Parts: sequence; structure tokens; C-alpha cells
Amino acid sequence: MADTTVGIPTVSVTVNGVLRRGTPEPRKTLADFLRDDCELTGTHLGCEHGVCGACTIFMDGEAVRSCLVFAVQAEGADITTIEGLSAPDGTLSVVQKAMNEAHGLQCGFCTPGFVVSITALLRDNPDPSDEEIRQGLSGNLCRCTGYQGIIKAVKIAAGQSVDANGKAH
Amino acid sequence: MTDTLAAPTANTGGARFVGQRVQRREDLRLVTGHGRYTDDVVVPGMLHAAFLRSDIARGVINSIDVSAARQLDGVVAVFTGADFNAEIREHWVDFEGPGGDASPFRVLADTDVRFAGDPIAVVIATSRYIAEDACELIEVDIEPSTPVIGADAALAADAPVVHAGRADNIAGAIPAAADPVLDEIFANAAHVITETIDQNRYLCVPMETRGIVSQWDPFNQELTVHISTQGPHGVRAYIGRALGIPENRIRVIMKDVGGGFGQKMFMIPDEVAVVLAGKRLGRPVKWIEDRRENLMSGLHARDDRMTVSFAVDDTFHILGVKCDLIEDVGSFNAAGSSSIGFVGLLFPGPYKIPRVGFSAKAVFTNTCGRCSYRGPWMMETAAREQMMDIAARRLGIDPLEFRRINVITSAELPYTTAAGLVYDAVSIDGSLEQAVSMVGYEAFRAEQAAARAQGRFIGLGLGLYVEPSGIAMGNMSSEAAIVSISVNGDVTAVMSSGSHGQSLETTVAQVVADRLGVDFERVTVVQGDTAATPFGPGTGGSRSAVILNGAASQASGDVRTKMLEIAAHVLEAATDDLELEAGNISVRGTPSKGISVTEVARIAYLRPQELPPGMSLGLESHARYTPNAPFTFSNSCHACVVEVDAVTGGVKVLRFIVSEDCGVMINPDVVEGQIAGGVVQGIGGVLYEEMAYDMSGNPMNTTFVDYLLPTATEVPIIEYGHIETRSSTNPGGFKGMGEGGAIGSPPAVINAVADASPTSSTGRSSSRCRRRTSAPPSTLLADPAE
Ligand code: FES
Ligand code: FES
Repeated sequence: MADTTVGIPTVSVTVNGVLRRGTPEPRKTLADFLRDDCELTGTHLGCEHGVCGACTIFMDGEAVRSCLVFAVQAEGADITTIEGLSAPDGTLSVVQKAMNEAHGLQCGFCTPGFVVSITALLRDNPDPSDEEIRQGLSGNLCRCTGYQGIIKAVKIAAGQSVDANGKAH
Repeated sequence: MTDTLAAPTANTGGARFVGQRVQRREDLRLVTGHGRYTDDVVVPGMLHAAFLRSDIARGVINSIDVSAARQLDGVVAVFTGADFNAEIREHWVDFEGPGGDASPFRVLADTDVRFAGDPIAVVIATSRYIAEDACELIEVDIEPSTPVIGADAALAADAPVVHAGRADNIAGAIPAAADPVLDEIFANAAHVITETIDQNRYLCVPMETRGIVSQWDPFNQELTVHISTQGPHGVRAYIGRALGIPENRIRVIMKDVGGGFGQKMFMIPDEVAVVLAGKRLGRPVKWIEDRRENLMSGLHARDDRMTVSFAVDDTFHILGVKCDLIEDVGSFNAAGSSSIGFVGLLFPGPYKIPRVGFSAKAVFTNTCGRCSYRGPWMMETAAREQMMDIAARRLGIDPLEFRRINVITSAELPYTTAAGLVYDAVSIDGSLEQAVSMVGYEAFRAEQAAARAQGRFIGLGLGLYVEPSGIAMGNMSSEAAIVSISVNGDVTAVMSSGSHGQSLETTVAQVVADRLGVDFERVTVVQGDTAATPFGPGTGGSRSAVILNGAASQASGDVRTKMLEIAAHVLEAATDDLELEAGNISVRGTPSKGISVTEVARIAYLRPQELPPGMSLGLESHARYTPNAPFTFSNSCHACVVEVDAVTGGVKVLRFIVSEDCGVMINPDVVEGQIAGGVVQGIGGVLYEEMAYDMSGNPMNTTFVDYLLPTATEVPIIEYGHIETRSSTNPGGFKGMGEGGAIGSPPAVINAVADASPTSSTGRSSSRCRRRTSAPPSTLLADPAE
């Protein structure tokens, strides 16, 4: 099989705090490596061409589209996927909790990417304006929510008070 | 909550959970990355499929050479139409039934290709990467010919036929009926206004593409299919007929599904090919559609043109309308995807239009087939609401005034439309006035005039409609629920249809908890597995609030009745004197005298001697429910405010208001989420999204770089107004509303852009907007010819 994973590891990455080694083909994307080899299927593929943001993960602290990175390029990297953002007992992160509170998801397919992007956004800008929130989310697509609940979730996670329509006060 | 078992309205009023913004229980797994979508399913020994597709819209296949592909290391098999097409025994879906006007169908293109994206061969390999490599090694010789692109080409006198063997390109037609009364109305009307309105082709675009994992077990003669679908029972029945496998040897599982919007209502040939391949090889096969495939060949939507004439009297009352619709349904359109019947039926919508003449044609073209996208018939609203504005301006009155003159008022209910539909529990004028008051219509007109004086162009558009939710006919007539309380007092509701984003695990639990008088946390909803659930048509047609919850309510009501009878027997009280609340049954006025639901359940299963004489054991009910009308009408009004950049033509949506009456709301968060999602799809369809073909039949928008979905930067905050007029069709008083957002928003946006245009209120009738094909984003042009 051409994508066999036996042999000398060509990639070692830390994923959610655990060292993972593998021998992905050079052309295998990091997204596929995480999903297939690491069995972390929370990273979703909505386009595989870098637009939808569903595959967003943290790589060395940066929010990155894992469909645009080859696994071999991640050699030595410290990666956090959506699975690494909640506690093992299911306790949600602030952003995850806010998504639930604000009805920020319906089908949930886009959600892992949004949670990672929002986490990055609030880390870099803990009190974003409406405009900054929208800009910060513009690299992630959602087809279900019309973004209303997602924007509200960012505001809740940032500790801003919001009214029923999601306007911050 | 207190109510007696006789009360049919247990889900409202003092309900503890219905009406509350209960947070979704789906979310825990979905926000943490532990959902289970089709691509997350891994089966030992699983192979992967990839399709070779035609990049030519129309042509004869001279030869297909798969030998090099077969030899590639890792390739297990390559199949073509010659291998599969004769395998299909029967091709029809439950929705149409046998002998219906079945859409053209074949598994893989064999003699000729009929659209760019038409699947020609499927490669099965040990990885998706290898399967895709092998597709490149297949040599196909196609002799191209001029494709039929666009409805005009399809209807041209010398048009080639898209489907060999058919006399023409007519997929369906409603001929104009002679109507001398209507002709008379038009001949004598003070005003006749005619316009032709186009709607561009735009698509469902669920964020999860299609996917299937098919496992044939030759030793048990059993097929297990995981699929991203809106309805697993439809998949099971279809495969059973198509492949000649008894339905009870097929298990179809739908776990988490990343959206459908109509596209995943029925199987497409590609999915059937995967099932056939897996069966032929005796090995599990997975296929995950990629985004290019989803956009190019995963089924399309919209693409309509309608010419509408209004006959109006001198007091601005509409006397009659004539409509002629042309739908482009592409080549291999999905079952039920042509909406010509519904468009004519629903056209009068929210207005008193005494007489309607309607004719229509659906035509085949060499493009991807059409499917039923969220409000498949919405051309009636898109065209009618644009026409209301166009007519108003030509008549010299404000579009709001024209609507007020013609709207069906609550005082006129029940109202029977020209097509014979009866509205009894709607608030059409109420939602119009609520939206108008929320947007501040009069103040806006002043603001608009002031802005114009400064050279800024802002506009306001309305979209008013009646939504035929809970459609209950044919295979969609019913839903079922199996509700049981177990030995430990926990409640399970096994449902006939499941959610692909609609939050049914939460909302059904709200309804069941209220009906049974137990805590929400004690209710679990089971869905999406044909091995566990009774037959259901699948989630679509805004049906779940009405029909699925009707079933949940009915089954829960049976269980409740039985619980109260057991409690009455144990407590030596009359059932009428019992109160059921928070998991406890007590005698009214004597709170100390009571029994828990758990204790009742234990009696029902473990201590039969304590049951009332003659009563059957257990606490469970299987109920199949149909509402008492084929439609449950909800109503809504959208109001959109835009600013148009006079230099670039760029449109910015400044405000968007929706007044919605979906009857009793089960969960306002879910209602508002459905509205918002639909509205933004409509904004996208008008301002950003278009699937265009060039004259050679090449699809121009097959990536997210070319097919532009709205992002968070393009959408306004959506403001909601709610009216709750109880429906009379079902015990909860619920109405569906899942499609409405996508029905009302397109005309509201278009009307707003037209209203912003410099000539719109100068007495000249420039209220018409036309979208340039393949326009840059946000470019709508007021038609200069007007
Ligand atoms: S899957 Fe990576 S951006 Fe869409
Ligand atoms: S919740 Fe379905 S795509 Fe975002």
C-alpha cells in the first residue's frame, strides 16, 4: 500500500500533549494525518482547499488550516485540535460553553473550526469590538446559523453582556 | 404544571419545557469534536471510492479504458456503467411511488455524458489518495456536441434532446387553461402590470458534503449503510428495491449529519454506485464527496424564470394574476425537485387574489440536476413579492400601502385562497405590521430622503409570505414515535425521523417531558437508525415540529394515561383527581399522598399483581401520527434595509427584521436559529452565490473561491418578532418554519436594493433589479432599461 505507515517515522508531532509518530506519505495533509492516523476526527474537512475553516487547529500557537499543511511540514510542531480544548471529563472550555449558551451551532460540522478560531481571536484580543469579531470569524464558513449565535457566543465568551439579539452592551 | 389526562393541550400554557430556551443537548459532543459524521466512520477492511467525472457537458462516449487504472498499486477495482447500470431493478423513491414520472436515471454514464460532472467510472482503492490517482489514469474518449444550456436553448424549436429517447426537453408541464373569466378581468382592469423575474441558480451547500460507508456482509446477507442523509428509511427502501435486497436485511444509519437543506433528501447515483461496488467486492467501501463534486454534481437548485401579470383596479385591489413559470431542472434531477405544481398552488400567498391563471414548464438542460432546496417552491414568493413592489411603483403608491390594501387580514379568517387552500390560524397582517413597526417604516422613508439628498442610497424591502409547513401527503403523511418509561423511570423516545441540524434531540425531549410530567434530563431521544426506529419519510418540508412532535405527543399521551391509571389504582383515587408534575403523581389537595413515576414504572414491569385488573404490562406506546390537515400554515414578514454604493454597486445589508408566526414555539432559540440560517442563505443567493455555466456547459463556480458563501462580515444582526397563533392541525399548536427564512429573504433583499436605486420613487418605475450573471460579489444592478 502506498500510504503504509510502517517504517521509520518521518513525522513526530505533539498532539494535545501526546507525542505522535507516523510515516505519512509526503503528500498526506495534516488534516488527514490527524483524522486517520491519530484518530482525532473532530477536525472536519468542509472544502479541502483552504476556504471554509472547518479544519482549523492550533499549530505552535497559531490557528492554522490543517488541510493546507502537509503532515511532514508539521514535524516537531505542538498541535492542539478541538479535542484538546475541553477537559477529558467533558468539561467545556469557555468558548465551547458560550457556543452552547448562544445557540451557536446547528448541524455542528463547522463548529470545531469556529471554536479554534474564536479561542485564538479572544486570546489575542480579549475584548473585541463587533467589527473585530466579524473580521476574526470571516475565515470560517457556517451554512446553518447565519452566524448570529456564533457572534453572540464570542461576546459571551469575552464576558460582554448581550441582549436577545446578540448586541453587546 | 398541572393538567389532567383529558387535557389535549398539555404542551402549552403551564408547560415547563415547551416555550423555553432550553440549551441543546446535541452540543456537548459537537462543540468538543466528538460528533460522528459519516467520514468519521471507520470499518475494518474499508476501501475508498473516487469518481471519474465528465468534464464535457454533452457528448457520445466512444471508449473508456480503465486498464492502466486497474494496474495501479492499491487499486482493487474500477467499475463503469457497463458493470452497474443493468443491476438496477427498480428506480423510484417513496416520495414519488412506482409508476410516477420518475426522473431519468442511470448509475454511471455509459453511452453518453449529459452534464459536466456526470460520473463515468468509480475506482475502489485502499486509500482515497490512490483512488483519485487512478481516476487520472482512466482514458475516456468523448465526442463532444453542443450542449443545451439554459431554458431558452432547451425550448428552442431545433433543440437537441438532453435525454436520448425523449421527444423533447420537457420534464414537466402545466398548460395554460382557458379562463374567460380571468381574461375578462384583465380586459376590464384599470391597470395591467407585467414583468418577468429571473432567479439565479444557487445551491444548498451543506458544510458536510455527501458521504457513505456501505458494508455488505455476504455471510449474513446483510447490508449496513452509514450515510449522510435526511432520511435513512428512504435510503433503505430505495436500496431494497434497486438492488433487490429485502428491506429487513438492510440497516441504514444516519449519525450526525452536517446539514442537508434538501440536497440529501434522496440518494444520488454516485451513492448507489458505492453500494453496488461494496456488494460486488464483499468489502466495506467509503466515499466522501469532495467540495468540487458537491458544487458541480451534488445537485443544484433554484434557476427559474417567471412572467407575472397583475390586473389591478383603480383602488389598487388586485383582481387577478397570470403567471408563466419556466424551471431549469438540469439533467438528472432529483425526485420531486420540480416545484411547478406548488408554485401555482401557493402563488396568491398572503394576499386576496380572487383569480389566478398559471402555466409552467420544467425543462431538461445539460447541467447538474435540480433538487428540492429549502422552500423548493419559493419562486412564488420571490416573484410575487418583487411584483408587489414593481406594481406599486408603477401604480404610484408605496409598496407597503399596496400590501396593506391587498393583505388577508385576521378578521377575514378563515380565508380560502383562489387555489382552494384554507387559512384559519394565521396572522398575516399582524406579521406585516409587526415587521413594519420594528423597522420603523415611516421614519425610514424620512431617513431615506435625507440620505438621498446627501448622495447616499438606502432602501427598504419587504417579503411577506405564508409557508405551507408540515406537509402531510403521500409518504410524508405521517411520523411515528415509540415512547417508553423504563424500569428505572427513564424515558426513551424512539423517533421515525431525525435531525441533521434541527435540534430534534432537544425539542422532542421538551415535548415528551412536558407530556409525561418528568424532567427534561430524564428523556433521551433515539433517531437515525432503521434498526431501531419506525418508518419516517426523513426531515424536510418543515415537518418535524408539527408531525414528528405530534407523534411524540400522541405516544407520550398514551403512556401518561396508563401511568395515571396505575397511580389512581394504587392511590385509590380517581384519575381526574391526580396531578402529574416533576416525576411525581399526587392526589390534588393531598400532596402527601403520591407515587413517583419510577415507582409506577416498577409496578408496570415488575409487580403485575399491583396493576389494575386486566391492564397490560409495561409503560410504552408506539404511535403513528398524521396531522388533521395536509398543510399547517405559518406566516412571516421580512424587512431588509440596504445601502447601495452608487459607484461600485456594492450592497451592504444594514438591518434585517423577521416577524414570524410559527404557532406555539417549542424552543425560541431553535426557531430563531432556523430563521437566521434561512435568511442568510437567501442573502447569499441574491448577493453572493451563483452557480453559472458558460455556453460550453462548464460550471464556473466549483470551489469556495468562486462560489461565495456569506461570511460573518456580510451579515447584519437579525432582529426577530414573534407572534404565536396556535395551529389547529396538531395537539401542540405548533407550526413548521424551517424553510421560511430562505423563502422570504431573497425578495426582501432585492426589493430593498431596488428601493435604494435613485429612480425608485420618482414616479418612474425603476423598481426592478437584475443580477448580472457571474457578477462580482454584492453587485446588483437596477435595470437601466426601466
Ligand atoms: S477544509 Fe480546510 S479550509 Fe476547508
Ligand atoms: S452549524 Fe452547520 S455549518 Fe455551522
